[in-house]
Amino acid sequence: MDTRIDFYPTHQHQGYKLRPGRPVPFGATLVPGGVNFAICSRYATSCTLVLFEKGASTPLVEIPIPEVFRIGNTWCMVVFDLDYERIEYGYRMEGPWDPKAGHRFDASKILLDPYAKAIGGRDVWGEPPDWNDPYPHRARLIFEDFDWEDDRPLETPLADLVIYELHARSFTRHPSAGVKHPGTYAGLMAKIPYLKELGVNCVELMPIFEFDEFENSRPNPVTGETMYNYWGYSTVGFFAPKAGYAATGPLGMQVDEFKNLVKELHRNGIEIILDVVFNHTAEGNEHGPTLSFRGIDNQTYYMLTPEGYYFNFSGCGNTLNCNNPVVRMMVLDCLRYWAAEYHIDGFRFDLAAILGRDPWGAPMPNPPLLESLAFDPILAKCKLIAEAWDAGGLYQVGSFPAYGRWAEWNGKYRDDIRRFLKGDEGMIPALAQRLQGSPDLYGWNRRGPTASINFITCHDGFTLYDLFAYNYKHNEVNGEQNRDGGDDNHSWNCGAEGETDNSEVHALRQRMIKNALAILLMSHGVPMILMGDEAGRTQRGNNNTYCHDNDLNWFDWSLLERNTGLFHFARQMIAFRKTHPLLRAREHLGISAVQADFIWHGVHAWNADWSPGSRTVAFMLRERQAGQGGNTNPVLYMALNAYWDALPFQLPELPINYRWHLFANTALSSPHDIYEPGHEIPLEPYQDSFLVGGRAVVVLVGRP
Amino acid sequence: MAFSANLEMTGSEARITLEGELDAAVADQFRQTVERAAQEKPQKLVLFMDKLQFMASAGLRVLVFAKQRMGRDVAIYVIGATGPVLNTMQMSGFHQAVYLQESYP
Repeated sequence: MDTRIDFYPTHQHQGYKLRPGRPVPFGATLVPGGVNFAICSRYATSCTLVLFEKGASTPLVEIPIPEVFRIGNTWCMVVFDLDYERIEYGYRMEGPWDPKAGHRFDASKILLDPYAKAIGGRDVWGEPPDWNDPYPHRARLIFEDFDWEDDRPLETPLADLVIYELHARSFTRHPSAGVKHPGTYAGLMAKIPYLKELGVNCVELMPIFEFDEFENSRPNPVTGETMYNYWGYSTVGFFAPKAGYAATGPLGMQVDEFKNLVKELHRNGIEIILDVVFNHTAEGNEHGPTLSFRGIDNQTYYMLTPEGYYFNFSGCGNTLNCNNPVVRMMVLDCLRYWAAEYHIDGFRFDLAAILGRDPWGAPMPNPPLLESLAFDPILAKCKLIAEAWDAGGLYQVGSFPAYGRWAEWNGKYRDDIRRFLKGDEGMIPALAQRLQGSPDLYGWNRRGPTASINFITCHDGFTLYDLFAYNYKHNEVNGEQNRDGGDDNHSWNCGAEGETDNSEVHALRQRMIKNALAILLMSHGVPMILMGDEAGRTQRGNNNTYCHDNDLNWFDWSLLERNTGLFHFARQMIAFRKTHPLLRAREHLGISAVQADFIWHGVHAWNADWSPGSRTVAFMLRERQAGQGGNTNPVLYMALNAYWDALPFQLPELPINYRWHLFANTALSSPHDIYEPGHEIPLEPYQDSFLVGGRAVVVLVGRP
Repeated sequence: MAFSANLEMTGSEARITLEGELDAAVADQFRQTVERAAQEKPQKLVLFMDKLQFMASAGLRVLVFAKQRMGRDVAIYVIGATGPVLNTMQMSGFHQAVYLQESYP
């Protein structure tokens, strides 16, 4: 190999041996004897590679990339004999400073490579950085020698997933987690047995791309604590895992630790979806720092107004120009990298409606980025999930350009189920749509129920406990006089705002939580549970905890002891869903030629009350051949009563030899509220009605 | 403490005793020792780490290299790793690729 002519230096600079590089792949790539550096900029007039010893504040050397090494708009150079382990690199770009024309070049800044695969500078979470560092987020070189053995993405059918949304730090940071490395990928790995016990088969991690927890950090005017960019919805580097989430961050081994986490999740049958934020970056608007994109090619990477200011469809200061072909390529390269190199199973796109806007902000009917992702051969088996709205008012739930591939966070599911649960009138028709996998949204174009990611709570907004403990948001500790966070929570405090000693209120809240979990796990579509909802996690009424590194976000594991019954209920509901393929329909029943039916009932069998005053409905799920010709598959029945009093529900007749069995009844307290799937309690042979408690749901199984 | 890596061949076993701090500056020394061991085509590679105080990512990279250089059929034993050295291997997942033991006969 080393006899090849292209492995020999042709140039040198201050003793560093160089030769023209290869323009692709972008980023820094180890090649025999050296490192290939490649970066593009349309408007830069020169590019200098800046090398540092790890952590040093002054550069080791600055190597202007010879003009003869430039190919098109790409500067590429091989530097030989670098000590891979001890080098950090950045760039200086020269070019016009002309904000009106969209150019903000500033050669005094050292810029982070957008393709940096590991980033130093925030190696330990929350450790105050050197604010005078000329290069705060430092690109490092990585080895791609992880031993995956036979691991690969699991490719679990979307219809079979039960997603668990979690924050990598919050999950195990609380002292009660009892792990060796709290708040890290290693800590999360130690809790895999818990996830298995609960029964979820997919975790969706809130952002883990490198971000700066100190972005806009400030003392809390109310409590004095430091407030951080805690959730991390503000990317510094799209190709690098957050070092501060790695126990090995101080050793620079976050890449290995994260890959090890993925491998262990897969070994336990659990997929991993990443929440990715391509709508904006950590550079903010014209007052923000110049870290990377702004100094490399502002006009390419950002959506700009005709006057050269930043469009703000993200609500975060700037908007990534995703349908510029260069940016589009970066997004595609990034996702391919995570799929291929990290074995990631899927992606959830934050404020994805932005990805369908053209460079001037107008929504496109056929957005090239979304189409490229949908048809990409490397991402072909990855889940693609859109948060189908943005902060600029584009709301595309049900109409997101899907190309037969994209699923959506179903915001209408969240709102309709919440409103039904709290007892709003007129919700039964909408409830019926949501239970069936929202055919009103996803049936007309045959996207099927798996286009709908069903959730009642997510990181944005109330936890499930708080949904039934607070009528109003209580965000005072966010330091904005309670102005931040949404007001349309559709929540109900069950009779007392916040914590109370009233045991009736407490019991009702437990029941309401169980109602919600039961509906979520009985609905067609793909259920998503928010971290801790299975244990009654509270944020004390705060519905926007983006800035708190404390127990407002951390999962308090001692809740599992206090709320054993909730956990037990959630676990059995998940097990029930896994037991019954009827609940995991691939297609909408009644639209496609599927041999099973959704049959509607009410307090009277075969006769649902769809009127505006109704707060009750029941449904039966059955195969058309159930009970005939040797088919003994079960029939499922669910009665939902959001009325405040108990009501008798007449039960539909079962095939001969079948008998109803009680699986769940949220009107009863634990442990009589739910049974293990397969061990349900038989009803009396001729029992033809069931008294469903006020604000309760009942699930029955009909089987021989 | 100065780093050292001593190779000793015992029958079909290659035994390497590591001492001191294995960081990026000395990783290449370890790598060359592994390379010499590989040339002897051992059936087993035994790494004594009880006197190793620290292992940086560069050291782990050499372990990964050793695993690949020796091939799947050569078992790697890591003996006596404790404290930060053991932690590093566990968090990065390398412990699964080797046999971790407290002592070796």
